Amino acid sequence: MKVSVDEAKCCGAGQCVLLAPEVFDQRDDDGIVVLLAPEPAPDQHSNVREAAAVCPASAITLHEAP
Amino acid sequence: MSPSPNDQAMRLPLPTDGPLEAPAEWQELRRKCPVATVELPSGDKAAYLTRYDDIKALLSDPRFVRPTAADGAARIAPEGAGGPVANGDASLAIADRGEAHLRWRRHIGKYLTAKRVTALRPGMTAIAESLVDNLVDQGQPGDLKATVGFPLPVYVICDLLGAPAEDRDRFSHWSDAFLNISRYTTEEARESYTEFAEYMSALIAAKRAEPGDDLIGNLIKDSTEDGEGLSDDLLLNTGMGLLVAGHETTANMIGKMVSMLLADRTRWERLLADPSLVRTAVDEVLRFDANFGFGVRRYLGEDVEVGGELLPGGTTVVCSLSAANRDEQVFADPGEMDLTRAPNPHMTFGAGPHACLGQSLARTELQVVLETLLRRLPTLRLAVPVEELQRVEGLLVGGLRTVPVRW
Ligand code: HEM
Ligand code: SF4
Repeated sequence: MKVSVDEAKCCGAGQCVLLAPEVFDQRDDDGIVVLLAPEPAPDQHSNVREAAAVCPASAITLHEAP
Repeated sequence: MSPSPNDQAMRLPLPTDGPLEAPAEWQELRRKCPVATVELPSGDKAAYLTRYDDIKALLSDPRFVRPTAADGAARIAPEGAGGPVANGDASLAIADRGEAHLRWRRHIGKYLTAKRVTALRPGMTAIAESLVDNLVDQGQPGDLKATVGFPLPVYVICDLLGAPAEDRDRFSHWSDAFLNISRYTTEEARESYTEFAEYMSALIAAKRAEPGDDLIGNLIKDSTEDGEGLSDDLLLNTGMGLLVAGHETTANMIGKMVSMLLADRTRWERLLADPSLVRTAVDEVLRFDANFGFGVRRYLGEDVEVGGELLPGGTTVVCSLSAANRDEQVFADPGEMDLTRAPNPHMTFGAGPHACLGQSLARTELQVVLETLLRRLPTLRLAVPVEELQRVEGLLVGGLRTVPVRW
């Protein structure tokens, strides 16, 4: 699985960080998303999918390996 | 089906069968009339959206913002009713559009990040514990809304802003007066606003002299460091904005959450058996809430297509987030409360560039209250039949007047 985030869309609501803190963080100076793990470990995949689904800004994109 | 000028416009709020029930019209509207014409209590007309995809698209469009008085948009409340925020004019009295909004949001956003909020959790738990103590001390039956739901969010915001604990109850009063259009007159609301503004100016001055490690103190430090910070006015409005945005909403949601979970007590028992469900249960309660005011408003500065229909510029749109949360195109068995539902992309916090900035805080507060109640009062139950719960006749944020409980 590959993850990408769109900083311009991100509204800093932090749902991704609450759900998958090993994969996402928020910048200290403005709360915008930081991607910690662009290729998260398999045990993170379900949290990451949940984060992408609930992101209120649709700022998280997943590329699932075929 | 497009609304013709002769249509008798539906009146908001739509009637329901019970205090926690969804109006039957939502399903019909989503299917047949996703852009309906409604009449607001002010008498003004608006376009009413009920489909998830339409609402998400509109709220995600940065061109459209909450209306202000200057837009001449449809008003919610009749003239003269309610405090300074009843029509949303001063409600989030902050930079509300364009670059200024983005800058404001990022300034404040960094103090409401998931990490910061998680750091506040122990403090919130201590507040919840002491409020549950009060509930128990006052004896049975108790009103969970007045004793726990109402004070908790305001105490949390006071801590966040750095207002001293002994002033918490004054904050509660002001906040109530700004928003509670049935209990206070316009005059009282105005007076409260003046008192609040005076209090905040003094607090800001004290913090400028000695900035602490709280939101106001930090905003002040930022501004002296990079010359990019917020003015006194913006600081004042930020305090006001956070209180207005974060108090009544969360207070009512605590009452509704507990009522929804106790209305069918098997839900409560399931959580007692497995408290790890608290996280998903809170989001499901947020999705399921059918008593959440009218929805959020947007003023269309230009023409836009919604659900295949062209809405002309100048239209005021009311997005029913609760109707969207029951959209069968998005949620399986939307009428069922599933405490394990995940992912749960409900829109109770809005979407797009104005999505609730306090949502990590709100979720954490709700989780902490629920965990504390499950732990401290496992025998909790409603003290009256569900049908006897009464909705608040407020116009902005739906809620229940009281939540009588026994344990
Ligand atoms: C359960 C509780 C809450 C609910 C249901 C809720 C819901 C919402 C909704 C639907 C919006 C979007 C309004 C729009 O798009 O026009 C919003 C905006 C906002 N909320 Fe919340 N909220 C809650 C709690 C809080 C808390 C605790 C805070 C902060 C202390 C907060 C701060 C804000 C702010 C600042 C905005 C304006 C964002 C902007 O315009 O950029 N909210 N909220
Ligand atoms: S959930 Fe989405 S909007 Fe919120 S911080 Fe993460 S990426 Fe940004």
